[in-house]
Amino acid sequence: MSAQLLTYLFVGASFTLYIGIAIWSRSSSTKEFYVAGGHVHPVANGAATAADWMSAASFLSMAGIIAFEGADGARYLMGWTGGYVLLALLLAPYLRKFSKFTVPDFVGDRYYSQAARLVAVVCVIFISFTYVAGQMRGVGIVFSRFLEVDINTGVLIGMGIVFFYAVLGGMKGITYTQVAQYCVLIFAYLVPAIYISIALTGNPLPMFGLGSTMVDGSGVYLLDKLDGLTTELGMAAFTSGNKSTIDMVFITAALMAGTAGLPHVIVRFFTVPKVRDARISAGYALVFIALLYTTAPAVAAFARINIINNVDGMTYKDAPSWFSKWEDSGLIAWRDKNEDGVVQYRGGNALQPAKPAFTGERGSSGERLLENSHSAGENELYIDRDIIVLAHPEIAQLPNWVIALVAAGGLAAALSTAAGLLLVISSAISHDLLKKTFKPDITERQELLFARIAAAVAIVIAGLFGIYPPGFVAEVVAFAFGLAAASFFPVLLLGIFYKRMNKEAAITGMITGLVFTFSYIAYFKFISPADNNPDHWWFGISPEGIGTLGMLANFVVSLVVCRFTPPPPAEVQALVESIRVPSQKTSS
Amino acid sequence: MSEKNNHAYWQANLRLMLVLLVIWFSVSFLAGIIFVDFLNQFRLYGYKLGFWFSQQGAIYFFVLLIFVYAWRMNVLDKKFGVSEE
Repeated sequence: MSAQLLTYLFVGASFTLYIGIAIWSRSSSTKEFYVAGGHVHPVANGAATAADWMSAASFLSMAGIIAFEGADGARYLMGWTGGYVLLALLLAPYLRKFSKFTVPDFVGDRYYSQAARLVAVVCVIFISFTYVAGQMRGVGIVFSRFLEVDINTGVLIGMGIVFFYAVLGGMKGITYTQVAQYCVLIFAYLVPAIYISIALTGNPLPMFGLGSTMVDGSGVYLLDKLDGLTTELGMAAFTSGNKSTIDMVFITAALMAGTAGLPHVIVRFFTVPKVRDARISAGYALVFIALLYTTAPAVAAFARINIINNVDGMTYKDAPSWFSKWEDSGLIAWRDKNEDGVVQYRGGNALQPAKPAFTGERGSSGERLLENSHSAGENELYIDRDIIVLAHPEIAQLPNWVIALVAAGGLAAALSTAAGLLLVISSAISHDLLKKTFKPDITERQELLFARIAAAVAIVIAGLFGIYPPGFVAEVVAFAFGLAAASFFPVLLLGIFYKRMNKEAAITGMITGLVFTFSYIAYFKFISPADNNPDHWWFGISPEGIGTLGMLANFVVSLVVCRFTPPPPAEVQALVESIRVPSQKTSS
Repeated sequence: MSEKNNHAYWQANLRLMLVLLVIWFSVSFLAGIIFVDFLNQFRLYGYKLGFWFSQQGAIYFFVLLIFVYAWRMNVLDKKFGVSEE
């Protein structure tokens, strides 16, 4: 069977499964809609959290980034997993004990203030929308590449599926579809990785294959071989990094604190029955996530070796079909600088500017001609990082069903994350804005209806972002973490661990962190992008890592303001006491 | 009595957290980033040690830390009589 037919089959079967689960797990109360009734098993919640967490970026882009950046890719690996330690130790059990529906719920009650709740709602909606737009785009790209439908049609199909189970099922529907989506995506990620690991090293486990010797009989360790290949071609050695230590520290810290502060992750811990379940559930979630995250660097290194071995020195006329297919979609480009008809893959950018712009004509070897001018080096090849995971099975000549599986996995990753985010947006609107702020007298049935309407509207807006992507979305998605780190993380942490923390401190702290982080990013990304280099950064911290500084500013401002303003009321202090203890038996 | 008990429970919780967070910081920020070049002179099979911490080892430690925390906290919950059972 052809890869395309198999892809239709796999994607169709997985979608049928998701819809079936959605029908089976409809929500009938607001508690079911917001937190799945609060009785999800910790292992199921762990799998759902993992699927919720691992987005199109984790599945499609991360290995590609590591493949080309080598050691520097560690900031994503550690940043996006280390946050779970913070979550499990510092936040999840206490927020579970608090047992409400949303993050703004906690902020509003703990800081006895509607203003604090509103600031939190705005943060939630802003963070979630920037994040969700990228997911819908990811859905569109997978559809267009593998099923050869238009990107927009792909986005519409994705919207339809999410609409079905998010609006109908709420958190309950989302949770159980996410469990299924986790199984699909991890299977789709591991199968090609295992195939390739065996082919290159003979070790079936990619995480160990990465530390093994090559099977070519040379007895050389795979990573040494890769370091050799990369330096030989004038590229940076794979296991050495380019980023400064301070920038690596700040970016990693921002990703960790951001992970712990992301509302769609936190809310997952409201769905388990007990405090002890929240602790262990974070552990299961991280096991499920670690399975993909420890495989990703192996996929990255394998891909880099396979690309170098297959592409460098290849005569363009004999290029395999994947090469010309990706060239047709504009994600690979070749400029025959020395006019020998052979691809030279070397260090540095091949083109100036780095991204290719095609003239629409073909050159003497049949390659697509480019408007870009030459760059200084000998490198003739441009490869977009995002294609690594999708293209690697083809590059490694794996069977068609594996290629089809990867498409279904990418869709599962994007859809599960989109659904979790949409639910957070919908509950922020129906619960925090309507029920708790503007229309406290609505009944449970009305609130549920509003929640469904809000989810539906959010899906349509997210879809529009996917179809008409504003140029800045890709730039901003990575910064959702910086903003979460600078706004939510300190407020939640101090709310639990510092009883004296009051509303004045929380509001000024959140606004300080948010405004500072946002301004720094906006300045370097939009106002003055030409200055976006280490010479102009404060202390050498890139916009990616500035959330950590925003977070520190938030802490400092909070603690100072707190000293000069009245302590919180006695009942709030009692609330803090109560969330610190899982269960209070009658006075003993 | 109950208040005193809760206080002692909370202190024990904070001590446990502190120990685990020190390990968390050491395996990621220290071993994986700050001392990565120093550790890279040692090997773990085909891995340079610093590279292993930053791309594999830190993640294994993170998983372990959460399970140790969940286990120790269940013990503390029982010891101080605040368990949900």
